[in-house]
Amino acid sequence: MGMTLTEKILAAAAGKEKVTPGEIVSVKVDVAMMDDILGPRIEIAERLEELGAKIWDPEKVVVISDHYTPPATIRQADIVKFTREWARSCGIRRYHEYEGACHQILAEKGYIRPGMIAVGTDSHTCMGGAVGAFATGIGSTDMLGVLVTGEIWLKVPASIKVFWVGKLGPGVMAKDIILKTCGIIGHAGATYRAVEFVGPAIKELPMDERWCIANMAVEMGAKNGIIEADAITDAFLEALGLDKGKHFSSDPDAVYVREISLDASQLEPQVACPPAVDKVCPVNEVAGEKINQAYVGSCTGGRINDLMMVARILRGRKVAKDTRLLVSPASREVYQRALKAGFLETIADAGGVILAPTCGACVGAHSGLLAGGERCISSTNRNFVGRMGSPQAEIYLASPATVAASALEGRIADPRPYLEG
Amino acid sequence: MPHGLLRGKAWKFGDNINTDLISPAQYMEMNYEEIGRHAMEGVMPGFSDRICKGDFIVAGENFGSGSSRETAQIALKYAGVGGVIAKSFARIFFRNSINTGLPVLELEEINKIEQGDELEVDLGAGIIKNLSKNESYVVPPLPANVKELVEAGGLIPYLRAKHKK
Ligand code: SF4
Repeated sequence: MGMTLTEKILAAAAGKEKVTPGEIVSVKVDVAMMDDILGPRIEIAERLEELGAKIWDPEKVVVISDHYTPPATIRQADIVKFTREWARSCGIRRYHEYEGACHQILAEKGYIRPGMIAVGTDSHTCMGGAVGAFATGIGSTDMLGVLVTGEIWLKVPASIKVFWVGKLGPGVMAKDIILKTCGIIGHAGATYRAVEFVGPAIKELPMDERWCIANMAVEMGAKNGIIEADAITDAFLEALGLDKGKHFSSDPDAVYVREISLDASQLEPQVACPPAVDKVCPVNEVAGEKINQAYVGSCTGGRINDLMMVARILRGRKVAKDTRLLVSPASREVYQRALKAGFLETIADAGGVILAPTCGACVGAHSGLLAGGERCISSTNRNFVGRMGSPQAEIYLASPATVAASALEGRIADPRPYLEG
Repeated sequence: MPHGLLRGKAWKFGDNINTDLISPAQYMEMNYEEIGRHAMEGVMPGFSDRICKGDFIVAGENFGSGSSRETAQIALKYAGVGGVIAKSFARIFFRNSINTGLPVLELEEINKIEQGDELEVDLGAGIIKNLSKNESYVVPPLPANVKELVEAGGLIPYLRAKHKK
């Protein structure tokens, strides 16, 4: 009986020949990431001191202030200051602030590479699986354990295989792939599972789009999402001056608890309706619903490929009256690239508001919260009640293309007509 | 997770009570007491004022889905929640609860418990007694390694034993 990609990475990190789903293993951690909102301030700094313990390897730790940068309140500013000073006092060199969403930083700095074990105090740490690594979100107390021992115990998850054939049509994006997948598997359908994305449609996606897919694995309850590393992954790392890492691939006779096959060429733009990420339908079923805010941003939908698509749709057009379009690039680097490429100018000319690279509105902390009764369409990953502000607001999730088209109409709209001709 | 008998009233909730409802992000920058004051605010404003210390949350499927925020456990503990009984839990929430010592029990027959029922929970034996209805329910045992952690009193005491010089 063969092993899946996830099982192989866990076996290697546990120093074992073979692992099987359900087995509990202790694995060595390659990257431990903490953010500002759930990092050192919650039970970590204080407890570490109480234990009189030292961080096992500060070179493997990354600390990122992203949720509260730029701070909207004094308390947020205090938290960022605390996080910064704590990182310094622990000798952590990989500290970043005001640079964008933590997962995007891990990705673009090449901190996470194929075959690694990455854990983070944020549930979307699973995004790192896009390079063929095992990446998962953990709580603060678990992180404390990692910081002290450099290891974590994990139950080896059984895997679900999601096979995408075909080729995406114009105006259809990776976000539509993952929304469709969430709709089928359901918000708890992958609890305790690994979700492995395979097939020609996935192989063809650039890294930017792959991150988006792995990012939302946790929206199905999954422990991790994963895409096998290939030549596209290698080229991405090579551009950063990094080596390929350790490539693993699933055996042909690996065992999956569930296999799903879908056709990308048949896929239409998808929308997740409030208040659940698996209430998914094709855009045309909700087209025409009035919106107040259109939001493009986050570690899910704010990368350069996303902003390029938004700019293409907005070029020479104007955001609808009484509608606001807010755009927060996923990182400072994305911001800079989009600026130089002219995407930000196009967005601003269309009437969009460019925000700092931040978690901000995505987590409902600052920079664009929703009022009661307002409706938003967003390229982020969660549409829970109260996620982006008032519990009386409604959030639709869609691709950056669909968000941009909706901003133009002031109503939920299909992006495809805007890309014709 | 503490041993012994826990007693409190049941507060019923539905499926998919996610971490944004348990611990809304807007309050996460505050101190633990204040985080506790806003516990469950996304589904039941005023929850922390309405419950008595030790009361239980009794919920449906997928309790605690979403974020990895341990402020969810902090919010519930500071609000005075004695434990959570649910049909099923989201993975990270369950793990964080074990690590932080918030009692979490998986129960298939949650529909037998009604709002306001008086419950007595024997964590060691894995038995929930419904005193209002004179019924009891058996909770499936925890996996061995998790039980070990629970018996150590959570992750921190375990680490303390291991690392305090
Ligand atoms: S951008 Fe949103 S989803 Fe990503 S880390 Fe920040 S809050 Fe979480």
